[in-house]
Order: sequence, then structure tokens, then C-alpha cells
Amino acid sequence: MLSIEVSDLKKHYGNLKAVDGISFTVKSGEVFGLLGPNGAGKTTTIEIMEGLRERDGGDVKVLGLNPWKKGYELHKKIGVIPQEFTFFEKTTPREAIVYYADLFNVKVNPDEILKEVLLEESAKVNFDSLSGGQKQKTGLALSLVNSPELLFLDEPTTGLDPNARRAIWEVIRGLKAKGKTIILTTHYLDEAQQLCDRVAIMDHGHIVAMGTTEEIIEQHGSGERLEIHGEEKLADYIKSNTDLQVEYNKAKREILITLRKKIDALAALAAAEQSGMEWGQIQTRQDSLDDVFVKLVSEPATEQGEMASQETDAKNSKKRRR
Amino acid sequence: MVSGKRIFSDFKVFSRGYLRNKFGLFFGLVFPVILILIFGAIFAGGSTGKVNVYAQNLDTGPFPNGQNISAAFLDQLNASSTITVITVNPSENFSKYLADHSASDGIVIPANFTVNYITGHQLNLTVYGNPTSSTSGIVSGTVGGYANYFNLNYFQTKYNDTTPAIIDITPANVNTQQTKYIDFLIPGLIGFSILTSPMFSLVNISSEYKKSKLFKQLSLTPLTKMEWLASKMIWYIVLTIAGFLLMVGVGIFAFGAHVAITPWLIPFLILGPMLFAALGMLVGTVTKNPETAGVIGNIVTFPMMFLAGTFFPISSMPQYLQTFAHVLPLFYVTEGLNNAMVYGNISGTIIDIAVLGIITLVIFVLAVKLFKWRED
Repeated sequence: MLSIEVSDLKKHYGNLKAVDGISFTVKSGEVFGLLGPNGAGKTTTIEIMEGLRERDGGDVKVLGLNPWKKGYELHKKIGVIPQEFTFFEKTTPREAIVYYADLFNVKVNPDEILKEVLLEESAKVNFDSLSGGQKQKTGLALSLVNSPELLFLDEPTTGLDPNARRAIWEVIRGLKAKGKTIILTTHYLDEAQQLCDRVAIMDHGHIVAMGTTEEIIEQHGSGERLEIHGEEKLADYIKSNTDLQVEYNKAKREILITLRKKIDALAALAAAEQSGMEWGQIQTRQDSLDDVFVKLVSEPATEQGEMASQETDAKNSKKRRR
Repeated sequence: MVSGKRIFSDFKVFSRGYLRNKFGLFFGLVFPVILILIFGAIFAGGSTGKVNVYAQNLDTGPFPNGQNISAAFLDQLNASSTITVITVNPSENFSKYLADHSASDGIVIPANFTVNYITGHQLNLTVYGNPTSSTSGIVSGTVGGYANYFNLNYFQTKYNDTTPAIIDITPANVNTQQTKYIDFLIPGLIGFSILTSPMFSLVNISSEYKKSKLFKQLSLTPLTKMEWLASKMIWYIVLTIAGFLLMVGVGIFAFGAHVAITPWLIPFLILGPMLFAALGMLVGTVTKNPETAGVIGNIVTFPMMFLAGTFFPISSMPQYLQTFAHVLPLFYVTEGLNNAMVYGNISGTIIDIAVLGIITLVIFVLAVKLFKWRED
């Protein structure tokens, strides 16, 4: 069953095409990651799906509903943590949960939710005294109050220290285990690899790659290669004695052999042994998602898309192009 | 559609947060009381204060049968409720003396006062005054009054007339009570706090929540913007009533104020906070960021703080400012409170309530219409 269907979605702010004709679907129970540099259009996309922004073109169905038209209905079924989650300063996480439960008219056990997001110890601390990680956990807790089947987490770990990030991951894994569908935006690739079943990499309003992280690496990465530490003569020797594709990195004194099949490694090593020359460390390597990401995402991140999505931000709105 | 339960839960969270924030509590409740104490102390008995008048008596007599009419005239003036006479040595240069004492009000009694009075010859009092000062009117009025009284006495004596004065005046105050400045100050300062507390708070909240995307977040819950605003209004009504009781209490117990507590005040204590909460939200909504919102908020608030009859009665202002005051929504709050608490003018109060109700409705509808949970 599909939780989300997006086809040819478009959104522009003035001349800036924040989202320029993207399509994807998300299955129920899936953790789907939207990756991309700042300004790629992730937040705009996610806010359109949440019904917080109106689209300019294309079709969006979230849990079978048009999010902009049926926002009120949809919001009862989804949970959301917006980017940089904030809440009333002098309200504790526990009170916040009770508040949300009242608003949604549901009965919840606040302690259970606090436990689920690992926030029991700070249950009675005012929001403005919480750490960044605890604030995000409060956001997670609130997004769970209405027991949503679908969760939108917009950069849930941005700005957090490594321990806090791991704690959030743990919570997200727990939610996934309970069968929730989760849409996650992040610009941390390790986060996507750790948590997501499938990812879409966005850049300048387009999806430039989509699939499982392995699929993306396979499609867009350079493939597996064998690296042998040694002299250039050895590289030449292997090249002339096998039909392998061999390159040499002088700076690192590394011989790079592309492996079309795993067995190619054996041939390369046999040739090296045969040469009688000395060689050092060997390892096989594959492009990481990082490598692929850098390749796919054309330019260093610009902030335009981000800005346009934050119309109220004074600093940004000055720089925004119209 | 509108749910009381949601309003109540939002109210709970908001009021708790408010009470935990000492700053807000200070401005909501403590500050108005401090204002009452300060202004009450400054003007305590202010309206019963007498005007100091310098008097130079050049009357040299003779005084037949020991009758010193000029001294009697000054004694009468000094015994009046409006003037305190300070005698100046006849050898002084009077106008220089006034200037040296930074004073503008003075009387000079001519040398032939007693003689001329007794013999029925015209005599001339010189009254000094600064036409721009409100005290000069009091002085010339009082001196003129006593001059007439002495004139009348002269003729009664001359013609052996025993008829009492045709027109006599019984002194009385408005509302048959002793009205003091504090009595006018209390409604004014209640109006002041009805304006400032919800206004500043809502300007701030609505622009900050927009910036921090808290509104977006709330839009993802079943809470509606109308419910959100309603809960803020209810809180400021509660706060206003608490502030009202405190201020009236301090006014009565610390300064012996005489103000009427009537059910006619209730509409102002409800409509007032509603109006300014909505107006604050409107300002926060139509402005781009908290900084602009603050500036616009001040531009809207400050004229009302001083020109809508809070600290000074409107009637003491020039005509064009009085006209301007009528476009300030707070004017109808302070005027209404004064009508109800001080003058007991109920028909005036009802008009003020009606005008206030209409303004509140318009601002409320505008605020809710223009206010956006989410963007497009």
C-alpha cells in the first residue's frame, strides 16, 4: 500500500524553482529519506506533503488525501517535527504531551511516550532549559501523541552532538520497528544509510537519484576496486600481464584496479605476486554514499531554496531573489 | 467547530507559561500597581492644592477706626480654598521679585486702598499672571470674586441694605463626592494596563511564533487560529480583572480614592483586553518580522498610552488632540471607565460600550482573517 504519491510536483517562489517536477512514492512501513544540500527543496517538498504549503503544479496524495485541501483531516493522521523544532518556553515535555493529547482529543499515557523517545529524565524541565537533543525528542514525543501512521521528520538531528544524534536514531528505529511510515530529510548521509530503506537525493529542485543506498551507489558510484600499495612499475606490470583496468595514484603510491567481478582481484594479486616486486597493504574499496553524493550534487550548497522556504526569517529574506 | 476543550487546554498551557515567566507577570500585575503608587503619590491631594500668589500691599492708610480694608481683603483671599497669599515687602520691585522667584501670579494693592474704599472712590488692583498657565485663571477668577464681594459689601453698607445676596453659591463636587486626581487616575491607569499588557504581549508572541514556526506547528494540530486567539483573550481578561482589583484596592486603601464599582465596568474589562489582544495579533500578523512588529506595535500603542485619557484628562488637551483622541480605541475604554466609575454617567457608559464593541468586532475579524497559520 502506498502512503504517499507525488507526481511532477512543482513549487516556485518568484523566479526560483524550489521544486521542479519531482515524482516519487512511499510505501507504508517504509523509511524514506530526502537527501540533498541546503536549498535543494527538501523542506518545501515535505511541507507540501504536510499541507503547510500549497503546490504550484503536479499531484500529491498523502494517505489518499490532498494535503492542502484536506489538511485538517490529514493532520489527525500524521505526526510532524518541523525543522528546528521549538515550543512554548515555559512548558515541560510532559505538559506539552498532555496539551497535544487534549488538542487531538486522545487519551495517552504521557510517561509511555516520554519513555518511547528516551526523555523520561527531563519530563519536568521547562522547554527553554532543555538541550538541543532533548528539544528534538520533545518534538518527536509530540509527533507521536495522535498515534500517527505516518511521520514527517524534517532534519531531526541537525545541530545535535553525536550522542544525541544516535539517541534520536534509536528512537526512529524503534518507530520503524512498530511499522510506522517515516519521511525523513537530512543532509547527513550516514543518517540516511543508518535509517532509510530508500532515499531520494535532491538537488536544485530535482531528484537526481533514488533507490536504496546500495542501488544508488551501484548506479552512480565507481564500483568496487582493489587498492594495492606499491611502486608504479608494479602497476605497469599488472597492466601488461592482465586485461584489468589499472590506474596509479602517484601521490598515495596506490595502484587502483577496477573490479568488474570479484574474481578480478585474484588475477590482480596473482600478477603482483608473479612480478617479484614488493607490495604493501591491500584493500578493496567501494564509493560510499558520500562519494556518490558529492558527484551527483552539482554545486556547493546555495541557500536560495532554504531562504525561500523561510519567508519569515529576516536575515534570509533580505538575500532572497524575487 | 470551535471547541471549548481545546481553548481551555491552550489556555492552561499559556497561562501556566505566563505565570512562570516573571517578566510577564511583572508587566501584567506589578507594573500597573507601581504606576498607581507613583502617580497617586505625586498627585495626592493635587486638585485641592492652592495656588501661591505673591501680594504686595502698598496701602499706607490712614485706617479710620483701625479699619484696614486692604489687610482684610488679603486675609479673605488667603482663607479661600484656591489661593495662598505670600506677602512681599512694599520696598521690593514687584515684577523683578516675581521673576526672581520664578513666579507668575501676583497682586499689587495700591496705596490708597482703604481710604478710597471708605470714601467710595474707584481704586485699582493690579493682578499679575501668565496667560499660558492654568493657575493665572484661578488667581484672576478668585481675586475678581472677592473684589465683587467687597464691592457689594460697600453698597450694602452705604445704603443700609440688609437684603442678602441674590445669587449665592454652595460649593459642591461632581457626584456629590469629593473628587480627587486619584479618582480620575484609577480609570486611566486601568485603561493603560488594559492596553499595554495584551497589546505588547500579542505583538511579541504572534511575530515570534511566526518566526520560530510555532504557528505552523500548531496548525498541524486540531487547534484553530480562532481558538488560539480566544484562549489568549480569556487569559488577558483574567489578568485585567486581577489587575483591576489590585489597582482599585491600592487606590482606595492607599489614597482613599472614591470610585464606583458597578456592573457597568464588566464590559470594559472584557472587551478591552479582547480588542487589544486582537490588535496585537493583527500587528504581529501583518508585519514581516519581530523587529518590524515591535516598531509598528509601539507606533500604534504610544499615542494611546498618553493621549487617550490615561494620565491626563482629555479636556485638558488642545482641541485638535481631543479630536485625535476620538480615533484612538483606548479612548472609549478610559472614557467609559470614567463615566461609570467617577461620574456615574450610565448613558455615556452605554455609548462607550457600543463603540468599543464595534471596534473590537472589526479588529477581531480583521486579525483572524489576515492571520495565517500556514503559508502558500
